[in-house]
Amino acid sequence: MSAIVEFREASYRIGTRDILRGLTLSIEAGETLVLLGRSGSGKTTALKMVNGLLLPSSGEVLVDGKSTTAWDPVRLKRRIGYVIQEIGLFPHYTIAENVGLVPRLEGWEETRIRERVHTLLGRVGLDPEQFGDRYPRQLSGGQRQRVGVARALAADPSVLLFDEPFGAVDPVTRLDLQKQFLALRSELGKTSIFVTHDVREALMLATRIALLHDGVLEVIAPPAEFMENACTEARAFLACLDWKAETV
Amino acid sequence: MNPSLASEIAALSLEHLTLVLISMIIAIAMAVPAGILITRRARWRPWVIGFANVMQTIPSLALFGFLIPVPLIGGIGKRTAVVALVLYALLPILRNTMVGILGVDPAVRESAVAMGMTGRQLLWRVEIPLAARMILAGIRVATVTTIGTATIAAAIGGGGLGVFIFRGIASVDSTQILAGAVPAACIALLADGGLGWVERRWSAG
Repeated sequence: MSAIVEFREASYRIGTRDILRGLTLSIEAGETLVLLGRSGSGKTTALKMVNGLLLPSSGEVLVDGKSTTAWDPVRLKRRIGYVIQEIGLFPHYTIAENVGLVPRLEGWEETRIRERVHTLLGRVGLDPEQFGDRYPRQLSGGQRQRVGVARALAADPSVLLFDEPFGAVDPVTRLDLQKQFLALRSELGKTSIFVTHDVREALMLATRIALLHDGVLEVIAPPAEFMENACTEARAFLACLDWKAETV
Repeated sequence: MNPSLASEIAALSLEHLTLVLISMIIAIAMAVPAGILITRRARWRPWVIGFANVMQTIPSLALFGFLIPVPLIGGIGKRTAVVALVLYALLPILRNTMVGILGVDPAVRESAVAMGMTGRQLLWRVEIPLAARMILAGIRVATVTTIGTATIAAAIGGGGLGVFIFRGIASVDSTQILAGAVPAACIALLADGGLGWVERRWSAG
């Protein structure tokens, strides 16, 4: 296995404030790395450094062995799928146009784009005939989120980034989406980096969990080992699982 | 209505419309790009908006007057009238363009960048379409105002329906005043309705 994405002492600073400090981490092909942490822990910052939305203040981030500062910024972003909360869909594009966006930017032929959109919508569980011509606002939150995943997959990227994608949907829909994520992973075998503050989601989806606290990587471990970890921040997250009504 | 009055109304309406049309084309060509530019350069914002604001606060008759002694763009006649009307029309278009583009959801903008859109693609495929309704609303307000303000152009020899109004005031003849005011109001209403329709069509997406 080889590292597809590699952080080398990567830091990110705004003014004098350190958002991320000396992150060193490598992500292997096919794995799902979950960046877990509280709000402000630097997890989203780390994610955005992978596709060059943010560039490290010091250190470097390598994608396919090449520093993100050396990549052409547009090429780099088109190689990497990006899923954010459903609000990131373009409201003035139909579902089919949203999904076909990157292939269209890449100059694919229209028939090939149409076929690709058709396949992807089917794969995320949306009937292309029924949904293709609708606009995002005509869909439910869960459906929009599926469109977001289809859009990120469109140009067959080698890495997918998920920025708390299921945060805004209800718990039942979220579970559906999480199951689908697992199904897609076993089907496509994509490398994914997934940001969440939900420890349950992290344990369910991750092949490895990276716990960030105040911009520092505290733990990196597969879910089973993470459960046994003794560090304070890991215990704080795991305590969320143990809470029961009678302890109040 | 006597036929000579009717044909004069037609001729002056056409002149009025031409004046408005030319002014609006120039104003749009200046204000839309300027409005987009100041969304990229926050530091220029107060200066550009301030300039347009000041132009708007000068009483219209005074603005026409001020321009008469100015070389190149001033003097008596249509050219001066167009310059004054353009200066007047800038603010609503400029402001709405800026507000419309800044109003695009940051999540949408970020996802456009993250999808690998270039700056130009972001502008043309995302920001302008999403701000279009706001920009059109600004153009509509500016057009309707310009149709009214253009009647004053007659004071500096710019022609148009104002010719009737000034003549009517000078000769205390209400028929003449109405011959200018009624068609101007009708043109304004038609423009408002037509541009409103375009605006609604645009928001259908």
